[in-house]
Amino acid sequence: MSVAEQPRVETPPWTATLNEWAATVDHKKIGLLYIGMSVVFLVVAGVEALLMRWQLIVPRNTFLSPQIFNQMFTMHGTTMVFFVGMPILIGIGNFAVPLQIGARDMAFPRLNALGFWVTLFGGLLVYFSFLTGGAPDFGWFAYAPLTEKTFARGPAADLWALGLIVSGIGTVTAAVNFVATILGMRAPGMSLWKIPFFSWTILWTSVQILLALPPLTAALIMVVFDRQLGAHFFDAQTGGSSYLWQHMFWFFGHPEVYILILPGFGMIAEIVPVFSRKVLFGYEFMAAATMAIVFISMGVWAHHMFCVGMNRTLDLYFAGASLLVSIPTGIKMFNWLATMYGGRIWLASPMLFACGFLSMFLIGGLTGIMLAAAPFDFQLSDSYFVVGHFHWVLIGGTLFATFAGLHYWYPKATGRMLSERIARWQFFLLFVGFIVTFGPMHIAGMLGMPRRIYTYDANRGWDIWNQLATVGGLIQAPSYLLFVYNIIASLWKGRPAGDNPWDAWTLEWATTSPPPSYNFEEIPTVHSRRPLWDLRHPDDPDWQYE
Amino acid sequence: MHHSLLLALNDVSPQNLSIFDPASPPAEAIHQLSMLVLAITGGIFLVVEGILIYSLVRFRSPHNPRNGEPPQVYGSQPIEIAWTAAPALIVFVLALVIVRTEWEVRGDPEKLQPELKESKPLRVTAIGHQWWWEYVYESFGDEKLDFLTANELHVPASNRQVPSERRPVYLTLKSADVNHSFWVPRLAGKTDLIPGRTNTMWFETSQTGIFFGQCAEYCGTQHANMLLRVSVDPPEQFEKWLDNERKNAFESDDAAIRKGKQVFLAQSCVNCHRVSGTSARGKVGPDLTHLMGRATLAGGTIDNDRKGENLRRWIEDPQTIKPGCLMPAFGLSASDLDGVVRYLSSLE
Repeated sequence: MSVAEQPRVETPPWTATLNEWAATVDHKKIGLLYIGMSVVFLVVAGVEALLMRWQLIVPRNTFLSPQIFNQMFTMHGTTMVFFVGMPILIGIGNFAVPLQIGARDMAFPRLNALGFWVTLFGGLLVYFSFLTGGAPDFGWFAYAPLTEKTFARGPAADLWALGLIVSGIGTVTAAVNFVATILGMRAPGMSLWKIPFFSWTILWTSVQILLALPPLTAALIMVVFDRQLGAHFFDAQTGGSSYLWQHMFWFFGHPEVYILILPGFGMIAEIVPVFSRKVLFGYEFMAAATMAIVFISMGVWAHHMFCVGMNRTLDLYFAGASLLVSIPTGIKMFNWLATMYGGRIWLASPMLFACGFLSMFLIGGLTGIMLAAAPFDFQLSDSYFVVGHFHWVLIGGTLFATFAGLHYWYPKATGRMLSERIARWQFFLLFVGFIVTFGPMHIAGMLGMPRRIYTYDANRGWDIWNQLATVGGLIQAPSYLLFVYNIIASLWKGRPAGDNPWDAWTLEWATTSPPPSYNFEEIPTVHSRRPLWDLRHPDDPDWQYE
Repeated sequence: MHHSLLLALNDVSPQNLSIFDPASPPAEAIHQLSMLVLAITGGIFLVVEGILIYSLVRFRSPHNPRNGEPPQVYGSQPIEIAWTAAPALIVFVLALVIVRTEWEVRGDPEKLQPELKESKPLRVTAIGHQWWWEYVYESFGDEKLDFLTANELHVPASNRQVPSERRPVYLTLKSADVNHSFWVPRLAGKTDLIPGRTNTMWFETSQTGIFFGQCAEYCGTQHANMLLRVSVDPPEQFEKWLDNERKNAFESDDAAIRKGKQVFLAQSCVNCHRVSGTSARGKVGPDLTHLMGRATLAGGTIDNDRKGENLRRWIEDPQTIKPGCLMPAFGLSASDLDGVVRYLSSLE
């Protein structure tokens, strides 16, 4: 008797899929885990922002209590910097760097996995504070002595400090890994000056992380010592110094701004050439400008502290050094524009976001010059102008660049195209909502509105600007939801991408989409910064000109 | 809802806190610098944004691989040098102007302007507390002063044309607890009050009236209601105010007020508050010696209506008016509350 054989259905049980992702050491999967985690935290931090905007829509509103409002801005800032900004960039780097430089994985795959899991664990630790009677409420830069036991009695401050110490370990491991990978695992023929520009910026971001993160970790450990072991590092009442905390924090905090923007520069420097169909103008100058930014930005931290009453010499030094950063940043801006000039500009979604970046980051940079002019900063510091400024840099800069990068590499990661229609809606809602939210904040600040106030009086002339800002927030909100919908729905609905949907030139586009776990069947040998251009144009290859 | 209640408790006439309407030398110097910086950055904005938009319009074209690729330009050293040098030059010029302004704002005015020797300066120490301001009047001209008040800073108007009629105000800034920042935008930029440090700032104005501002460094739950109010009085009026402030608290003969005083002194009010000439010597809360000389209560959060109604609401339930503030509700009986309000209302 014969039994007809049933065709086997090859659907692994969900536990197997879960196990595969939880135990993965594949740089691409880890990259996607980082990005997924960041998107979830982005939505959470967005809700926190909307709650604050709703509180401020009318004067003397009672929607949120001051305690809750203060927790919201602390958690919003902490989340966006540590659990959205850095991990999403590290995630994109994780996914793209080994592919771009022709490596099979990161240098230390298991360390890479550890880095992701401790970053996530650090985030959960900070959020656990909500279950212990309230989140921290001292602002994301946590000025001592507000973090001392006298002023922060519950465990929230401890959880905050421990969470950041733990996730900081993750960030440092990621940086070590990037440096080792980029220095040691490039494809044959790829000298340091032939690295794709995004990988170049990730290298220097990693250097900056290694320089800036340890001082923060040290300062956080001192906070924990103060709170748990009765040390007095930051408690002026017992001979400590709250001023010391400011220096230690901003020694990390300002380089952090460049940690958050350099990979964005890198993505823009990949996307603008591909979608202008031209080689990046002035690669060497761009590369040198990146190093100059890292170097200069390590010595400008106290421009966050112009109002603490430093002496004039220090004020002037930090003002001058901060102004210097504008020179290499300007070089970058001009080179991007020169790349576009004379090209054939293809306004697909990655380029749309890149143009959003170019037009908006410029403004963030210019308001930065205003803040660097020390005496002007005596008026602007800690006002809503600053809130407008850094959101202009972090959304107009980092976030637009990140969306550009995510739209650029999504087809490579999933094998599917994102919906262009949804991407365009997302872009326009974000662009308009962003301007309407953060533009008015500059004006409110110049009319004397300090940041971090949960309410204000009606007769100060700030209400209209706050109403506009709230309306802008409501315009932005659906844009993020559209993005989340697009990246999920396109996994099934997106049309197949093929290996190289953008006609791009770097190595990641030479392999399949999604790439196999080993990335390349054979590690390619490269001769120029654009190996795929050389392949397409054997008669006029790049290496002739480099 | 106390939303509407609070509106009723407040004066609603418009307040001007614009950094573009300066009324004192430091704010004026910053205003001048800001105009230059705005002009430079505005110019850069127009040029760069213009090139971007021009490129987008001029060179936009739908992607078609069959069209071939545009000419590849790898870079140009002279161009790179040009657009490195141009911003460097702008930065250099800007740096020079910043140095000048920094000296105008943060330089010691008595050294920079010798004619100030003839002036009659007011020196006050401002101490930041969670969430109110303590002012210790140190001296006026050669005359030593020795009294404290809270939340409303009175200063004399200056005649900036005549050296002997100039009345600069020098503030020494300290903190009793956490970081705060003194910011009255029309008078000067902000300077922080940091525990364990002593900072200074100065201003001088010929405009009389009230200048508003508020604490600009996040300092905890009620940071939003740590309001600043600087009253610039005509010289004679200022000296009258000074004479009154230097006296001990007014002692009334009215039996009801005297009874209220007994209640006040017997309650825990005195642990935090001070009324000079009595046994109330608390240092944690605002001095109440001449409470009725002030226009506002609760650190500027509500108006002092002089009829005692707002004062009564404040004492009865401070946590509704300023949630999280350090003053608790004491649950006084109606007659005790009456007495305390009556006593405090007598402190002219």
